[in-house]
Amino acid sequence: MAGASGLGTGPGAAGGDGDDSLYPIAVLIDELRNEDVQLRLNSIKKLSTIALALGVERTRSELLPFLTDTIYDEDEVLLALAEQLGNFTGLVGGPDFAHCLLPPLENLATVEETVVRDKAVESLRQISQEHTPVALEAYFVPLVKRLASGDWFTSRTSACSLFSVCYPRASNAVKAEIRQQFRSLCSDDTPMVRRAAASKLGEFAKVLELDSVKSEIVPLFTNLASDEQDSVRLLAVEACVSIAQLLSQDDLETLVMPTLRQAVEDKSWRVRYMVADKFSELQKAMGPKITLNDLIPAFQNLLKDCEAEVRAAAAHKVKELGENLPIEDRETIIMNQILPYIKELVSDTNPHVKSALASVIMGLSTILGKENTIEHLLPLFLAQLKDECPEVRLNIISNLDCVNEVIGIRQLSQSLLPAIVELAEDAKWRVRLAIIEYMPLLAGQLGVEFFDEKLNSLCMAWLVDHVYAIREAATNNLMKLVQKFGTEWAQNTIVPKVLVMANDPNYLHRMTTLFCINALSEACGQEITTKQMLPIVLKMAGDQVANVRFNVAKSLQKIGPILDTNALQGEVKPVLQKLGQDEDMDVKYFAQEAISVVAQRLRKLDFPVKDSGEPSVPRADKNHFPRPRVPGEDTGKGPVYQLHGDTRDTLAQLEIAELVHFSQSRD
Amino acid sequence: MSSSSPPAGAASAAISASEKVDGFTRKSVRKAQRQKRSQGSSQFRSQGSQAELHPLPQLKDATSNEQQDLFCQKLQQCCILFDFMDSVSDLKSKEIKRATLNELVEYVSTNRGVIVESAYSDIVKMISANIFRTLPPSDNPDFDPEEDEPTLEASWPHIQLVYEFFLRFLESPDFQPSIAKRYIDQKFVQQLLELFDSEDPRERDFLKTVLHRIYGKFLGLRAFIRKQINNIFLSSNYLTLPLPFFPSSIINGFALPLKAEHKQFLMKVLIPMHTAKGLALFHAQLAYCVVQFLEKDTTLTEPVIRGLLKFWPKTCSQKEVMFLGEIEEILDVIEPTQFKKIEEPLFKQISKCVSSSHFQVAERALYFWNNEYILSLIEENIDKILPIMFASLYKISKEHWNPTIVALVYNVLKTLMEMNGKLFDDLTSSYKAERQREKKKELEREELWKKLEELKLKKALEKQNSAYNMHSILSNTSAE
Repeated sequence: MAGASGLGTGPGAAGGDGDDSLYPIAVLIDELRNEDVQLRLNSIKKLSTIALALGVERTRSELLPFLTDTIYDEDEVLLALAEQLGNFTGLVGGPDFAHCLLPPLENLATVEETVVRDKAVESLRQISQEHTPVALEAYFVPLVKRLASGDWFTSRTSACSLFSVCYPRASNAVKAEIRQQFRSLCSDDTPMVRRAAASKLGEFAKVLELDSVKSEIVPLFTNLASDEQDSVRLLAVEACVSIAQLLSQDDLETLVMPTLRQAVEDKSWRVRYMVADKFSELQKAMGPKITLNDLIPAFQNLLKDCEAEVRAAAAHKVKELGENLPIEDRETIIMNQILPYIKELVSDTNPHVKSALASVIMGLSTILGKENTIEHLLPLFLAQLKDECPEVRLNIISNLDCVNEVIGIRQLSQSLLPAIVELAEDAKWRVRLAIIEYMPLLAGQLGVEFFDEKLNSLCMAWLVDHVYAIREAATNNLMKLVQKFGTEWAQNTIVPKVLVMANDPNYLHRMTTLFCINALSEACGQEITTKQMLPIVLKMAGDQVANVRFNVAKSLQKIGPILDTNALQGEVKPVLQKLGQDEDMDVKYFAQEAISVVAQRLRKLDFPVKDSGEPSVPRADKNHFPRPRVPGEDTGKGPVYQLHGDTRDTLAQLEIAELVHFSQSRD
Repeated sequence: MSSSSPPAGAASAAISASEKVDGFTRKSVRKAQRQKRSQGSSQFRSQGSQAELHPLPQLKDATSNEQQDLFCQKLQQCCILFDFMDSVSDLKSKEIKRATLNELVEYVSTNRGVIVESAYSDIVKMISANIFRTLPPSDNPDFDPEEDEPTLEASWPHIQLVYEFFLRFLESPDFQPSIAKRYIDQKFVQQLLELFDSEDPRERDFLKTVLHRIYGKFLGLRAFIRKQINNIFLSSNYLTLPLPFFPSSIINGFALPLKAEHKQFLMKVLIPMHTAKGLALFHAQLAYCVVQFLEKDTTLTEPVIRGLLKFWPKTCSQKEVMFLGEIEEILDVIEPTQFKKIEEPLFKQISKCVSSSHFQVAERALYFWNNEYILSLIEENIDKILPIMFASLYKISKEHWNPTIVALVYNVLKTLMEMNGKLFDDLTSSYKAERQREKKKELEREELWKKLEELKLKKALEKQNSAYNMHSILSNTSAE
């Protein structure tokens, strides 16, 4: 870390010709070996800049050798380096020179730290694609071989991920060698390497010729699937999916199924969990026949597994399983072979299992149709709505839309209400928060009448919750409801109640009124805002609590765009000016901020034409475009002058979009 | 890395669902759950119809001819497992098995000549049947041994006695490794090691002792055990719950000169292990192991210290204090020639620690100056060390918020001044100039990068323009 003398080139050698060598490499390299890790990291992250400054030739001849030698560094720096090098092909002179990047990456692919190694491998995989077939065999394949026969397990694990990227473009002789090496890593004596090989088995199988898959991959798969370590066996399950996709039905039966059957019954729950977790993929890969004969019984076992983890994973797949069954048999299979097990799970002892099931069970109603849903599923839904675990109830409520399509929500509404009310009053605020988030959905499903009758009071009660997050969510909820039910509804049911709170003795509730106004004004439109809300806000400017006053200022700034000139000029401005003289520092600050925004707006309203002439977007280069007009933006909402307020931002966005678009199209 | 750990996946799926409900109090939620189910057990798969146990006659009542047969019968009887998650089932049989196991423990520890060759197979079979099992999923995917309550093994009433029996068996004067090695083989050890995943501290304790005995008695298995331990340590998903430490006695037994394998264990396993989350739990033993290595081979000092510097904690002050403690232990045994090799990087780190705003870190580092031996090393190399340390010490003597630290620093400065007054004066007078030079360098660096950025922009623009020209030419031609 001392000085730049390590590198063969002193500053003398760098005394540059041409304008590329403005900076002696020594200076740059000094930056790369600065004592401060953070600075070193910064320099590495800008490695592409350094390379650009050096030019392709010196990057190859000086920078890369230096990087290859300084592999001893903090992992954080190495990680950044590994990432950078993946995108370096252009900086060393294009594909013909891509192989120059291999030595440093090879070193990085052998280090202890997994994150660094993985990143190096990722970069190697990327670069492999940029090699010509000749270079691939001359440089890349030998590198893979070196890694695969490395002494320490780290290099061998890295090699596992590289076989599949060089195989397709290698010659036949080399292909045979690659397969041979992969084989030997699959029976490596460290479990870490076997895990790495097992996790790449599927990917490797995909690039192999079908014959080799059958003759070589399948035996490897069988071995790994009966490894002594469960961490290896479970990875074989993943590979099973990819391998199955490549084989014919007959081959599947003889080559893959025995192993898969074994995995379903594995003594380690981790392996069984994996089968459950990958069930949909397995089902698709194995095809309908094997699914019926083998996988359905296997699935039944997973649903009643002794470990809750496995049951939960299987329960998660119930819906997908149904969807992936052949349409004509779906109903019978689920009704006869799956539903009995599901019924058991509804009263499982483990809350995770129940909530996993609750998150998908509603999806079955579309598959089973109206009658079955009413007869068989509905009792389950109702039981789950009464479950002791709030998560289960939430999961059911959050998926109501599926049922609504099939049987309509009315069937459920009687049971729904107590469940909702209970969740709405749950002692945990996060449960309350979750149910609030479903309110707009519920409102849409249940309709305005039901809502007014049963749920409206809940929504209003949340506004005075003692947790801020709930009050905030309740405010947003109101906005969404107004968007759904319209302004007239808002005017009749929501706005009066909100405005009454402005006189609440609790200042937090008074502030809630302001927050609601902020949220609702846009949805309610100019008339309601000006006539009903504005007077209340203005009145609150005299509140004795400073927090309320500065929120008045903020609110006025917020609703400003919705008001017309008269209101702004005659009512808002004087109040803001008064607040601007407030004795409280914060009130003053926010009032002044609001004043300047309102003033800007007033100016705009006065001179609507001038507005489009002031570009606030930084110009990117000399190319100047005529500003495009906004198409279809002015489709009849609000009075004319409002258009300008909206269009200005849209214009800016369009302009940026245009620039981005343009620079891309040049490449 | 991630794909190889579905246990975490399994549990995290569960967590993510519960996060929806309560993300903040996850820990407390988990704790509450655990109180409900603080006991776990390997999944119990009933082996068809459960055999009911019938009490056999007492061993002590049998004639010496019958004893051996009865012993084996009892061992076989104890191979039957019971479901402890169901606390009311098979109560009678469970009690019979417990009594029998007790009797067996008693039998092998008080009688001589009962461990005959023919019994080994049954003994090991009984032990394997009981202790080798798939551990249940952890209630807690990121189990923190310091914070969390461990999941206890439900079948402990039986398993404990089996471990007890196993130990008595291994420790019996009649025990013959030459016969036992037919049964206690690599596969057996492998399965034994897998049990270290158990969260139950009682079981981990027994395992530790058992493994010790096996390592001690089966010379042929030593290399295998070491390799497997390596593998466990190196599989990153086990790092959160390391083996209860026992390599120290193994290291003690390493012959000199150290084999490459042993050095690799130090550099690739023990040193990286300093990054483990639960370091506090085993740091003392770990540091002891490291020092043992250095006492055996002093040439390892440099790589070890460089390794520690590489993994020096960046955000965890507690760990930093532990590292400083370990460094002091190492310095206690360091040879002066080795010290010279690492003084520069080491004291750069120490100078950073000294000026840490966490007073415990600063204090721990400053305590080095209370150590006579370290002090003598510093004095010998004062020309090198003082320039490294001076700036931080000088700065904190003026700026540190904690008065104790400031007082300590004054003492240290005084000591250093006494070691080389001339150098100290020079550094004091050049301190300001030095700071200014650093600032200037900082500016130069910024300047450099700014220029580089400009150059990059310029090049990018050139490239874009040429591409643009190409583009416009193309579009012109196509328009024609």
